[in-house]
Amino acid sequence: MKFSENWLRSWVNPNLTSAELGHVLTMAGLEVEALEEVAPAFNNVVVAQVLSVEKHPDADRLNVCQVNIGEAENLTIVCGAANVAVGVRVPCARIGAVLPGDFRIKQAKVRGIASFGMLCSAVELGLATESDGLWLLPDDAPVGQSMRDYLELDDKLYTLKLTPNRSDCSGMKGIAREVAALTGSELKPIRIEAQAVTLTDTLSVAVEDQTSCPLYCGRLVKGVNAAAATPVWMQRRLERSGLRCINAVVDITNYVMMEQGQPMHAFDAAMLSGGITVRRAHKDEALTLLNDQAVVLDEAVLVIADEARVLALAGIMGGQGSGVETNTQDVFLEAAFFQPDAIAGRARRYGLATDSSFRFERGVDFAATRMALERVTQLLLEICGGSVGEITEVAGCMPVRAAITLRVSRVARVLGVALECGQIADLLTRLQFEFAMSGDSFSVTPPSFRFDLSIEADLIEEVARLYGYDNIPALAPHAALTMLPYSESQRPLNRIQQILVARDYQEIVSYAFVEEQVERELCGNADPVALQNPIASNLAVMRSSLLVGLVGALRFNLNRKQARVRLFEAGACFAKIDNKYVQTQRLSGLVCGSQLPEQWGATAKSVDFYDVKADVEALFAPQSVRFVAAAHPALHPGRSAQIFCGDNAVGWIGELHPHWQQQYDMAQACVWFEIEADAVMQAKVPRMSEIAKFLPVRRDLAVVVDECVSAQTLLDAMLQAPVSYVQEVVLFDVYRGRGMEQGKKSLAFRVLLQDTQTTLTDAEIEPGMALLVDVLNKCGAQLRM
Amino acid sequence: MEQLQQILEQALTQFAVISDETELEQVKARYLGKDGSLTALLKGLGKLSNEERPAAGARINQVKQSIEAALQLRRDTLAQARLDARLAAESLDVTLPGRGIGTGGLHPVTRTLERIEHLFHSLGFAVSSGPEIEHDFYNFTALNIPENHPARAMHDTFYIDPEHVLRTHTSPVQVRYMEENQPPLKIISPGRVYRVDSDATHSPMFHQVEGLWVDEHVSFANLKGVVQDFLQRFFEQDDLQVRFRPSFFPFTEPSAEMDMSWKGGWLEIGGCGMVHPNVLKHVNIDSEKYLGFAFGLGVERLAMLRYGVNDLRQFYESDLRFLKQFN
Repeated sequence: MKFSENWLRSWVNPNLTSAELGHVLTMAGLEVEALEEVAPAFNNVVVAQVLSVEKHPDADRLNVCQVNIGEAENLTIVCGAANVAVGVRVPCARIGAVLPGDFRIKQAKVRGIASFGMLCSAVELGLATESDGLWLLPDDAPVGQSMRDYLELDDKLYTLKLTPNRSDCSGMKGIAREVAALTGSELKPIRIEAQAVTLTDTLSVAVEDQTSCPLYCGRLVKGVNAAAATPVWMQRRLERSGLRCINAVVDITNYVMMEQGQPMHAFDAAMLSGGITVRRAHKDEALTLLNDQAVVLDEAVLVIADEARVLALAGIMGGQGSGVETNTQDVFLEAAFFQPDAIAGRARRYGLATDSSFRFERGVDFAATRMALERVTQLLLEICGGSVGEITEVAGCMPVRAAITLRVSRVARVLGVALECGQIADLLTRLQFEFAMSGDSFSVTPPSFRFDLSIEADLIEEVARLYGYDNIPALAPHAALTMLPYSESQRPLNRIQQILVARDYQEIVSYAFVEEQVERELCGNADPVALQNPIASNLAVMRSSLLVGLVGALRFNLNRKQARVRLFEAGACFAKIDNKYVQTQRLSGLVCGSQLPEQWGATAKSVDFYDVKADVEALFAPQSVRFVAAAHPALHPGRSAQIFCGDNAVGWIGELHPHWQQQYDMAQACVWFEIEADAVMQAKVPRMSEIAKFLPVRRDLAVVVDECVSAQTLLDAMLQAPVSYVQEVVLFDVYRGRGMEQGKKSLAFRVLLQDTQTTLTDAEIEPGMALLVDVLNKCGAQLRM
Repeated sequence: MEQLQQILEQALTQFAVISDETELEQVKARYLGKDGSLTALLKGLGKLSNEERPAAGARINQVKQSIEAALQLRRDTLAQARLDARLAAESLDVTLPGRGIGTGGLHPVTRTLERIEHLFHSLGFAVSSGPEIEHDFYNFTALNIPENHPARAMHDTFYIDPEHVLRTHTSPVQVRYMEENQPPLKIISPGRVYRVDSDATHSPMFHQVEGLWVDEHVSFANLKGVVQDFLQRFFEQDDLQVRFRPSFFPFTEPSAEMDMSWKGGWLEIGGCGMVHPNVLKHVNIDSEKYLGFAFGLGVERLAMLRYGVNDLRQFYESDLRFLKQFN
């Protein structure tokens, strides 16, 4: 909602500066988004008439003009504009004038001839960004008048960010009413009188859906001069409200909308066939709107129709072929009250947002509809002439404003500040609310222009708003002190993130939506969760893995000469399973470059699968997890594994597939992991067990085995062997190369044996070790001699 | 006698010039060893008479002790010299950089969230969370935003299907939490939210922290108190000015916009208000008995102000040169 300060002050003129008034509005919930001057500062510029134009004797492109500025003496001004001509009225900056940009006008000699001012273009006055010469003013511009007065430039523009509950402030009348309530200044409303009827013609109106349209007022005005010029004052107010001037009749209806807050429509009566009907559209009925948009309607939409066709989307926009043009002679004026429910969302369905729908879907004062029609008629007669017909009014079930109980005690409880009865009564009076008092409570009837007041809390907000939120104290709450639960079997995610931070990972946050093709190919997601209205085509589906975001971030940084990048992200991933959206919190990392930061005394080694595996193990510790070779579309088939926590698959780890590495132009291999956050957040509350009194015995076993046999196979076999006092089996060496047959490797295990009751003797150990060797043999491993 | 004196002098002179520990031990043997000169003298005592023997023995022993003392002194000196030399050889350039893995860091938004959670935790707020793909009911209807309400247009919603949206705010968590828990309730809910909007000050994905306190005696004045307290603690600025001005949210009444003073002006920091009775009704909480306040804070805005970030988009570019500044 944008409006001119001068217009507002013609309704109510509080003793406040523009900025102070802006503050008052903002602090009352009518946020002033912008407060700006209509025109930049300049002075000493008047309307002038050029009396004579002579070529400058010494300059081809300059003219020497005699200029009348309404004073006894004419001024001699040298002018370079091509469009200067005898008789034109133009702005003239006098000696001493200061124009925008601190451009000072002084007496000067121009090629030897003294010039006493400057004839100006609109650009020079800061009122346009481009122009082709002097600003030619209308022939009736009063010579000698200050340009600022002539154009009423000493004015400011307020732009309000109206919240949906305050439709009552979408007209000057409502804003003025609000300012009067806030400041206590006198409201000077415009007197609207019923216009004398001079015409017997009427147009029949039938309202089929009276619930949606409880009130419809229409009237014929015949013999209007639609080509009449819209008065300058009206044009100015409309333009300063951000509305384009179209023709006198449309401008008048727009003006009344801006003034009264009541959207209006004017039909060309000659284009109508028969009476007006307000009804629901029929399915597939078509209408071409005034903005050339063709829409197909259905029963959800309320329309204005005649006997032949649909004329307008009720309360939203008129259609083509029935609007007022400059050659229109007879008009049918419409002012109606449409229920917000009947209009809400309809404009949006067609991608529209009009001044009319904005107001109707929020609520328009239903008690002022008829007077708004009279106001339009009055202005129409003044400006375009014509004969006025009787108002046809069809009234159905008008909204009822039920009284609301407002308890003084409740005000105190909700706001935390005790207001007295008298104070509350005073605030309600200022708001023009009707009320009755009884004991500790008020019975308040909301006015017809407020659609946001239906329960006590609404009134409490009104009281608080007028009392001033600033005047309500900021108080520390009092409550019973109880401690929050603090589970030890859950590790908070931020502690887990800290583990990665300590292991040199940098956290990133990336968008949860990704490119569909990448999601399909890289993450192997055949059925991604798609957005109906993505912000861009490369952000069209929800991620099922954090990988896509990490790859993007890695590439971004590699392209910026970062050689070593270690990233992680924690966030939700999305899938649709059995028609339900499943959202899993995941933790994922992607690393590339050297294992250690470049440093002295350490040989540079690229990070590999096992480095990252250690990071993953650290996240789970002290829980242990298993890694099972498995294929993933993003990963190197020989260097990827699924991570298991017990029997649950909880994640992936692996080297990015060389195919992707090449496609993404990465010079080095990179390793990725992703795990479900829940799995790492589980923790066990520790339970101490007795420390063994006897020292363990260590025996090492080195075996030679085929490359294809995994270490885990041998470990599992040994741990499952029935040797009761094996405490721990750990792989501590892997050897390939010299002395080793091609396709074989040597694995060395440390076996710790311990008995809680006694120190083991060789006699007890040897059979156990022999059993382990036996088990290893069964796996194809031979003891290395 | 003379001979004894000679041996002593000779031994002392020899010890003094030896700088090798092995040589010292060899020289020692010449006097005190099995075939040493002093040992020979001691052996010769047997040839002396009983009268002469004690005095001669005492003299020899005295010399022996002197030699042994000199020997020990020399040993110590040489050992010390050896240690000194070793320590000198082992000295490091302590200014060389330390080796090993580096350290990473958290994203500034995470850092900010942790700070927010910590501050509210100190007041007893528990943390609760909800889904990001949210049912239309929780995102709108249960928050008193019916179908076609103009407030829906304010939200620029991403739709997954007609019934599911990417949540436009963290407020649905209020409803979900109140469905499961009875008052008194005190939670915050940090999380990602989504709106169809993208420029230097808007991101299609951003973070909010929702706060909710439902109890028998919480008021708008308490809401002001808690939010002001939070902002002053968050920015570590006791005189930070906080301003509340009337606004509109369908799920709070009265509603307010929170501004904080910043560089001579006011900056919007979030919305808040007293929980709307309709919202409490949806979750069967008696709005006569209980009152609640709720607030929603823009996390990126707080992070930007706290750390001097001027373009919101930087948070999501994952540029290490940006991210490392917050470690």
